[in-house]
Amino acid sequence: MGSVIANGHSKMLNLTLQVWRQKNANTKGRMEEYKLKGVSTDMSFLEMLDMLNEQLIKEGKDPVAFDHDCREGICGMCGAVVNGYAHGPDEATTLCQTHMRSFSDGETITIEPWRAKAFPVIKDLAVDRTSFERIIESGGYVSIGTGGAPDGNAIPIPKESADKAMDAAQCIGCGACVAACPNASAMLFVSAKVSHLANLPQGQVERRDRVSNMVRAMDELGFGNCTNHGECEAVCPKEIKMENIALLNREYFKALV
Amino acid sequence: MATVLDSKVPSGPLGEKWEKHKFESKLVNPANRRKFSVIVVGTGLAGASAAATLGDMGYKVKAFCFQDSPRRAHSIAAQGGINAAKNYRNDGDSIYRLFYDTIKGGDYRAREANVHRLAQVSVNIIDQCVAQGVPFAREYGGLLDNRSFGGAQVSRTFYARGQTGQQLLLGAYSALARQIHLKNVEMHTRSEMLDLVVVNGKARGIITRDLTTGKVERHAADAVLLCTGGYGNVFFLSTNAQGCNVTATWRAHRKGAFMANPCYTQIHPTCIPVHGEDQSKLTLMSESLRNDGRVWVPKKAGDKRRPEDIPEEERDYFLERKYPAFGNLVPRDIASRNAKEVCDEGRGVGEGQAVYMDFSHAIKRVGENVIRDRYGNLFDMYAKITAENPYKTPMQIYPAVHYTMGGLWVDYNLQSTIPGLFVLGEANFSDHGANRLGASALMQGLADGYFVIPYTLGNYLGGTKLDPVDANAPEFAAAENDVNERVNKLLSVKGNKTPLQFHKELGKIMWNECGMARNKAGLEKALKAIPALRDEFWNTVKVSGEAGEFNQQLERAGRVADFLEFGELFAKDALIREESCGGHFREEHQTEEGEAKRDDENFAHVAAYEWTGKNGEQTRHVEQLVFENVKLTQRSYK
Repeated sequence: MGSVIANGHSKMLNLTLQVWRQKNANTKGRMEEYKLKGVSTDMSFLEMLDMLNEQLIKEGKDPVAFDHDCREGICGMCGAVVNGYAHGPDEATTLCQTHMRSFSDGETITIEPWRAKAFPVIKDLAVDRTSFERIIESGGYVSIGTGGAPDGNAIPIPKESADKAMDAAQCIGCGACVAACPNASAMLFVSAKVSHLANLPQGQVERRDRVSNMVRAMDELGFGNCTNHGECEAVCPKEIKMENIALLNREYFKALV
Repeated sequence: MATVLDSKVPSGPLGEKWEKHKFESKLVNPANRRKFSVIVVGTGLAGASAAATLGDMGYKVKAFCFQDSPRRAHSIAAQGGINAAKNYRNDGDSIYRLFYDTIKGGDYRAREANVHRLAQVSVNIIDQCVAQGVPFAREYGGLLDNRSFGGAQVSRTFYARGQTGQQLLLGAYSALARQIHLKNVEMHTRSEMLDLVVVNGKARGIITRDLTTGKVERHAADAVLLCTGGYGNVFFLSTNAQGCNVTATWRAHRKGAFMANPCYTQIHPTCIPVHGEDQSKLTLMSESLRNDGRVWVPKKAGDKRRPEDIPEEERDYFLERKYPAFGNLVPRDIASRNAKEVCDEGRGVGEGQAVYMDFSHAIKRVGENVIRDRYGNLFDMYAKITAENPYKTPMQIYPAVHYTMGGLWVDYNLQSTIPGLFVLGEANFSDHGANRLGASALMQGLADGYFVIPYTLGNYLGGTKLDPVDANAPEFAAAENDVNERVNKLLSVKGNKTPLQFHKELGKIMWNECGMARNKAGLEKALKAIPALRDEFWNTVKVSGEAGEFNQQLERAGRVADFLEFGELFAKDALIREESCGGHFREEHQTEEGEAKRDDENFAHVAAYEWTGKNGEQTRHVEQLVFENVKLTQRSYK
C-alpha cells in the first residue's frame, strides 16, 4: 500500500503533544507532554492519536482516552480542543476529518477536552454529554406514534423551507459550540432543533411548547446564555448559523406571550 | 445432526401472506403490555425504531447502546437514500418490482416472503418519516424528490442531501427520546452487551458492562431484540464505525442462535482508496454519485498521464461498455469486481488500486452548481481526505468492505433459533440474499423496527407461556461470572502486542483470502492462519488499564477476541459454498465472461451454523429457499 491518492504531497512530521490527562471526574487533571515522530501528513488527527496510544502502551503507560466512532464526520462522537480551537484549526471540519497536513513539522500541539460545567470529564479527552440528551428529550420531536401517518406527499413543503429545515437538522450534537462559547451556552444546539422543526408544517402543532421546554431544560442543566460572541458558529463542523439563535429568541418570546 | 430449518413463512399467495399473518398473530391488549418487558440492544435505525414503537405501544422497554447517545449509531453515516415503492415518478415502479429487483439483486439467495413484506411496508416508512419531520429533499412544487440507485431502472430512492441515514436516524432517535421522556423506555448509553442469558430455553436477559465505570450488570426481560448491526470490521478496514462489532450476535450464537451465511459480505465499489499502514477506516462515497459520475480507467496498462491529459478515445468506461442497459448503475458486487479486474490488468490509476469516477461530463451538462447541490457534502469530504478537488479532477475510488448480508438466522417473525431472541436490521441475515442493493439497508432497518416487530413480538408474547424471571436466577449469575472471567483473562495475559495490532493482522488475512475474490487454496490458508492468530492473541495480547474503569483498550480487546472466532466461521462458510453468488465470488465458479456462476441445484439454500461447544466446532444446517414467484436465472444487467 503506497502513499496517497496520487497527490504525492505526503510528508512526515515530528511533533510535540501537550495532552490533558485526567483519570476520572473526581481527580484533578494536568497537561502532559509527549514526543511523536514520523507522523504522515495523510493521517487523520485521530489516527495520530492511535499512533500515540500504541506508543504509550508499548512504553507501559496509560493510553489517552478519547471518544470517536464513525471517523467520517457525521456521528458527532469525537471532539477535542486543539490549539485552542474546538475540533482543531480547519473550518467546518470535525476532529476525525482533520488531517495532519494542517500541521507543520516541529509544531507543539495542545489537546484538551471540551470544557463546560454541563460536560463533566469522564477520562482524559472523553466528556459526558448526557445533558444534550435531556434537552432533546424535553421536546426535540414531533409527538406522533408509529403508524397512521398520511401519505408523504399529502403535505407539500416549499423547497426553500425544506432546505432551511435541512440546514439546521444537520447538527451532529458534538458539543463544539458549547466548548467554544465563553458562557458554555447550548443555544446553537437548541436553536438548530427548534429551527429544523419550526421550518416545517409538521413542527407547528407543538411549536410553542417545544421552545419553552427545551430552553427550560437547557437552563436547568447548567448551560449559559448567548451573548453574541459567535464562537459557536465559527467552530461548528456542520456550519450551523447563528441566525438560528435569532430564530430561537423570536420563537421563545412568542411562546411567552 | 444437521436439521432443515423452518422459516415459518405463512401459506397463501405472496401478496397476501403478511396480511394473513398479521390477522392470525396473537395480540397483547394495551392494558397487558405494561406487564411485559423487552430489551433492545443497539439504537441504529432498527433498534431506535423498535424501542420507540414498542415503548409507545406500552411495553416496558430497556434500550442499550455502547455510544454516548443513541443518535450516534452507525446508521447515521448512510449517505445516499432509502428505497420505497411509491411510484411517485410514474415510471413503472410497484411493490412487486421492488420485490423483484431486491430478489434479483441478491442473486436469488434471499427468502421471497420476507423480501415481499419489505417492499410492502417500504411505502409506510416514507410516510412515517415525513410525519416525524425528516427533511427529505423536495422539488420546487413541494413534493418529495427521488433519485436512482444501482440495480434498478426506476427512480425510487428518497434522500436528504448526502445525509439520509443521519436524518432518518435522527427521526427515529427523536421518537425514542420522546419515549424516554415519557418513561416508557429506560435508556442505557455507554453500555455494551457482553452475553445473552437463556433460561429454560428462552432468551430472558443480557449481561452488560457499563463502559464508564466497568460495572458488570444483569438485565432480565421477557424478550431480547438484537439490533446490533453488521460485522464488516472483521476486515479491520471497512466503512463501518470504529465501534461496530460482532460481539452481541456472536455471544448469542454461542448461546444457541444459529449464524447464517457469514461469508456474504458486500464490498462497496465507490470508496476512497487505502493510503497507508496507519489508516483506521475507509470512507464511502455514496452510490448516488454513480447517477452523474462516469467510471473509467485508461485503455492502456501503465498509463501514468494525468486524467485530463488522456483523450476520450483512450479511456475505457468499462461499466458502460460491458453493461449498456444499466451502465454505471449496475449492482455493487458487479461494479466492485469489475474495478478489481481492471486494476488487476494493470490499468488501475493513482497507486494502482483505484479507478476514476469522473463528473466533468455532468458538470458540462448541468453546471457545477447543480452538482454541488446534489453532492456538495460528499465532494467536500473527498477534498478533506485526499486534498484533491473533485470538481476539477476525477475522484479516485476503489471497493471497500461496507455491509454484511449474513447474520443471525431468523424466521419470518424475525425470531432466531432461541425463542424470545429477535434479530433486526443488518444483524440478521434475512432480506438481501448474497448482495444488497443500494438504499435498501435503511429500508430494512426501519421496516423491521417500525412495522414488523410490533406484530411478531406481540404474537410471541401473547402466545407463549413465560415464567416469571428475575436477575437473581442462577443462569444470570453464571453468565455474569463468565463475563467477569473473560475480562480478567484479557487483562491478565500482559503480553507485548496490542489489540489494534491483532485486529490489523486479522483484517489482512480476511481481505487477502476472503475478500472480493475467494478460492479454495486461499480459504484453506485462512482457516489455518486465523486459529493460529487467535492462539497468539490469548498468549501475547497486552491490554492496559483495569476492569473497573473507562478502558477503551479492554473494549477493543473483547471485540477483537470475538472477531478472531467469527472470522474462522466466515472462511469455513466461504469454503463450503462451492458456487459464486452476489458478493461471494469463488474464482473456481464463474461464467466465460467472468460473472458469478451460481449452483442452484446444490446451493439454493441458507447455511446456518450451530455452535456445538466442542472446540468451537459448528454444525451446518440448511434452510432450502423456495422460489414460487420468481424464476432463477443468470443475473443480467447488460
